[in-house]
Amino acid sequence: MGQNMQMAEEIRSQQDVILKSWIAFQLSGLTLRRDLLKESELRESSRQFLEMFSEAFAVTADCDAPAWKPAKDNLAEISRGRALQGFSPSETAMFVFSLKQPLFDLAQQRAGHDGKRLAEIFWDLTALLDKLGLYTTEVYQESREAVIHRQQQELMELSTPVVQLWDEVLALPLIGTLDSNRTQVVMENLLQRVVETGARIAIIDITGVPTVDTLVAQHLMKTVAATRLMGADCIISGIRPQIAQTIVHLGVNLSDIITKATLADAFQIALQRLGATVSKAASAT
Amino acid sequence: MERIPILKMGPYLLVTIQVDMHDRVAMTLQDELTERIVSERAQGVLLDISSVDVVDSFIGRMIGNIASMSRVLDAETVVVGMRPAVAITLVELGLALPSIRTALNVDAGMTLLKSSRKTSHNGRSPR
Repeated sequence: MGQNMQMAEEIRSQQDVILKSWIAFQLSGLTLRRDLLKESELRESSRQFLEMFSEAFAVTADCDAPAWKPAKDNLAEISRGRALQGFSPSETAMFVFSLKQPLFDLAQQRAGHDGKRLAEIFWDLTALLDKLGLYTTEVYQESREAVIHRQQQELMELSTPVVQLWDEVLALPLIGTLDSNRTQVVMENLLQRVVETGARIAIIDITGVPTVDTLVAQHLMKTVAATRLMGADCIISGIRPQIAQTIVHLGVNLSDIITKATLADAFQIALQRLGATVSKAASAT
Repeated sequence: MERIPILKMGPYLLVTIQVDMHDRVAMTLQDELTERIVSERAQGVLLDISSVDVVDSFIGRMIGNIASMSRVLDAETVVVGMRPAVAITLVELGLALPSIRTALNVDAGMTLLKSSRKTSHNGRSPR
């Protein structure tokens, strides 16, 4: 790899020139987001990366080697930062790919008219930079997925509140589609609260559930069954006319479960069962 | 050999399961309980499973069986204190046990037994 050595030397000695043209390429590119990134920041991160790049390149051109670790870590950090700032994947990858032109220029200067040599250097550089570019995109993807995952979890926790309506009466207003994961969380939350509050009646309100298919109905029935096993009764309320139609068309059997059209009706039943009454203060004659 | 004690409280029998429910233990309990219901002429059984935190399908079925057997012997069974995790497990196993009656704790279970004795006992009485 003596050739690499020479090339690396060259890169290091010409660092300022390369950096200048690299940054010029990045700045001229349509893909640079000037609204998200300051020029000084770009300059600084480019300089850092180029230093690490030339150091690692002096050792080997194989970017899977341990010598490349600092450079790759640096790249990963940049990629992650850009992912969070809202750069697109290609905008992020351009950081690496725009380094091609300055390096090719340098190689051309060095190799002169030796075509074979030039081709070799070009091939090495292309393979290397492509790998680094792909790596950048991978890290970008990962950090985006991490964001999505976190949001999913936050959403899950946000959307399953269990509220106490009365002594021994709990309500669980469900909003959004019920899938297996959510059902699990909903069920656990509800049962936990039943234990904590010693509730005798739990009302599941599905006004906010957009569609009820067989799967959702099955999940609901599971929740009701589990609540019953704990020793509390379950009422399902907030069934909209369309949903009632769908349930019957699907042939789902909800006859073992007490269902009410509105939360108010369900609450009234709950109070009746507890032997409590609510009446208006002085309205009756 | 572990045994589960069966306590007599007035006309009712109180069974508190505080050990791991092995299959053998469960079988013994089933034997002893049915015999005691007959010998004590018990009117109700209170099965407290609040310290059980692991169940499998066999134990789930046993609980259902015990309830059915007592009903044949004219004693109501109320299962009390089931933990959330146990309830979820049973439902996921497909053992929703629709025939058994449940209550949140021993207190509520006892109230349920007493009230069901007053009303005529035709299946599930209103709670």
